[in-house]
Amino acid sequence: MDLLNAFVALANFVLVPAIAYGSQLALGALGVTLIYGILRFSNFAHGDTMAFGTMVAILVTWGFQGAGIGLGPLPTALLAIPFGIAGAAALVLATDRVVYRFYRAQKAKPVILVIVSMGVMFVYNGLTRFVIGPDDQRFDDGARFLINARQFRELTGLEEGLAIRSTQALTVVTAVIVVAALFWFLNRTRTGKSMRAYSDNEDLALLSGINPDRVVRVTWLIVAALATIAGVLYGLDKTFKPFTYFQLLLPIFAAAIVGGLGSPLGAIAGGFVIAFSEVGITYAWKKVLGHALPQGLEPDGLVQLLSTDYKFAVSFVILLIVLLFRPTGLFQGKSV
Amino acid sequence: MTGSLRGFFLAALVLVLIVGTGVLQSWNSALLILNMGLVSAIMALGVNLQWGFAGLFNVGVMGFVALGGLAVVLVSMPPVPEAWRAGGFGVLAGLALGALTIAAAALAYTRFARRWRGWAVAAILLAGFFLYRAVFDPGVAAVESVDAAATGYLGGLGLPVLLAWPVGGLLAAGAAWLIGKTALGLRSDYLAIATLGIAEIIIAVLKNEDWLARGVKNVIGLPRPVPYEIDLQNDPGFVERAAGFGVDPTTASTLTVKFGYGLLFAAVLIALLALAQLALKSPWGRMMRAIRDNETAARAMGKDVTRRHLQVFVLGSAICGIAGAMMTTLDGQLTPGTYQPLRYTFLIWVMVIVGGSGNNFGAVLGGFLIWFLWVQVEPIGQAVMGAVTAGMADGTWLKTHLQESVQHMRLLTMGVILLAVLRFSPRGLLPER
Repeated sequence: MDLLNAFVALANFVLVPAIAYGSQLALGALGVTLIYGILRFSNFAHGDTMAFGTMVAILVTWGFQGAGIGLGPLPTALLAIPFGIAGAAALVLATDRVVYRFYRAQKAKPVILVIVSMGVMFVYNGLTRFVIGPDDQRFDDGARFLINARQFRELTGLEEGLAIRSTQALTVVTAVIVVAALFWFLNRTRTGKSMRAYSDNEDLALLSGINPDRVVRVTWLIVAALATIAGVLYGLDKTFKPFTYFQLLLPIFAAAIVGGLGSPLGAIAGGFVIAFSEVGITYAWKKVLGHALPQGLEPDGLVQLLSTDYKFAVSFVILLIVLLFRPTGLFQGKSV
Repeated sequence: MTGSLRGFFLAALVLVLIVGTGVLQSWNSALLILNMGLVSAIMALGVNLQWGFAGLFNVGVMGFVALGGLAVVLVSMPPVPEAWRAGGFGVLAGLALGALTIAAAALAYTRFARRWRGWAVAAILLAGFFLYRAVFDPGVAAVESVDAAATGYLGGLGLPVLLAWPVGGLLAAGAAWLIGKTALGLRSDYLAIATLGIAEIIIAVLKNEDWLARGVKNVIGLPRPVPYEIDLQNDPGFVERAAGFGVDPTTASTLTVKFGYGLLFAAVLIALLALAQLALKSPWGRMMRAIRDNETAARAMGKDVTRRHLQVFVLGSAICGIAGAMMTTLDGQLTPGTYQPLRYTFLIWVMVIVGGSGNNFGAVLGGFLIWFLWVQVEPIGQAVMGAVTAGMADGTWLKTHLQESVQHMRLLTMGVILLAVLRFSPRGLLPER
């Protein structure tokens, strides 16, 4: 029985990856939930918005790498994020002007907007594949590990190692900064307050002189920023592949619904709930249990509840449970 | 009257396009487009039942189509007796235990006092899960180790392949019932997200459960409802008749086989179309449309909206399942790796919206037209890109890149078509009457 080693193994294989993945999901779900709160539809094009912003950032990163500009131990992609955001922002603002504005003026039903966002998703998906192709792209550089397993073992003398990749640490730090900035913006600034007012009650907000066009524009800008940051962090942590980003739609939506659509705090909580369940249920617990249980009781099998191929099933089942028992989500989002 | 004239013209246009393909390219590709067009039209009919009649947003078409494909394997492939002997009992007992666990948990949830039921359900599920794994896993391992290169799965029932089409519909209906039970009655987007999820999960199951249908190792050589080309070529009578038409036996045999499929598919399409038309014109169809247009009013009139939604959702998904089974029969193989949501879900949506939601003929027309475009956009795109890049020097990166990216033009074109139709002609080519 060796609880310390068990904890280190748990941290290495479950806690650290799940926290990083949860941060990425939370950022994605924040984007979905903001669109839902303010524009009042589920944006199916969100995964592909992430892919597009990330693609721009990757192209700029390659440019920087070619020109020999870098950040030393940090990935060059960080420098490219603002360009990615600018690209994604230009794209979503143009889309809003050409596509969504028409339906807003018509006061179309939300489900029509969902179908429209499906068309937009097709277009973004095509654009991304057209420019960068459907294959995996790697663009990370800089130091690989904050601390690797061997260093950790030498440092602490424990049997198990704890590796923290620099991208994982970076993901968490960036996510904390971005979320703090977003909440500061929503709660403290005039524009942020007007966004919340618009989300709570559109008519009342219009009566009190809030400019709806401005609110919508700012929302899209924030969503583009969130989507690009989430996309770049996910791409640095894993790899960039347009189809994977499309598939991220499911866990992201699950996170947003579990937290309560329209509730930013819920989106963050939902992101972590989904990430921890996904990693926890698809992880083989043999090692952790082997350390934690008294001798003689160690499990023989892998103790893996589900194979990693079913990770979508996990977010889906959580989604179903929430829909069945608490359709407004953990944080009481809206239900229109 | 102008409506039917318009329909007539558009149908003629589809005919011209397909015959044109036959004349300009080859009759084989024309028949291929026709066959897949028929299958697409049936899928579009199913989605139109859900969206056009009832306003339900189903983005899990891919999953139901794949279940239809699975039905073909389960019904028509010969059973693998060794695998059944090795682990068939374990697999079936495991599945039964899993189902029992869920039933017991559901029963406990309704029967137990509020204070205890959470714990009771959790305990039942946890115990049931480990029991299920303990029985199921060895069975699967035993089945998959039986001649893994050739079989490694339980095989099917060895029944005629045509029987698989209705069975595919039943499988899809079952899955749709499960989803509908949970997600219908909530907001409309929730159904969309739930169906998106179930489709991904069905594909994941098909890819990973090797005992069921060999997973990504694919099941090939599915039995056919039509004769094999090689048998036709060896049949002197057939060769003679082909010579009478002035075609060489190889081409004649491929054409005959494709034509046979076309006839079968057309029969199914006509039957389903007739049923859908009857349903639309019946009191049931009027009730559906009333619910779609004003749920509150329909509810006030005493209609059970959620149940009617469940009904139409199951029916529409069943049609998608039938189409999926037909498609797998046409392919002659089940390849779970090729199911892509953009191709099998969203493309069908484009067909319905472009054709005219709420109009069965519109959905069928959209199915043919969009399938034709989907196939032909690539050669057209290649020609356009060839013209665009003609002035560039050979071997420059831009020219190579542009020429290689032509295949991605499809998605872009479909997206633009969908957005344009939604914006400028939201009722589609053949509007609902």
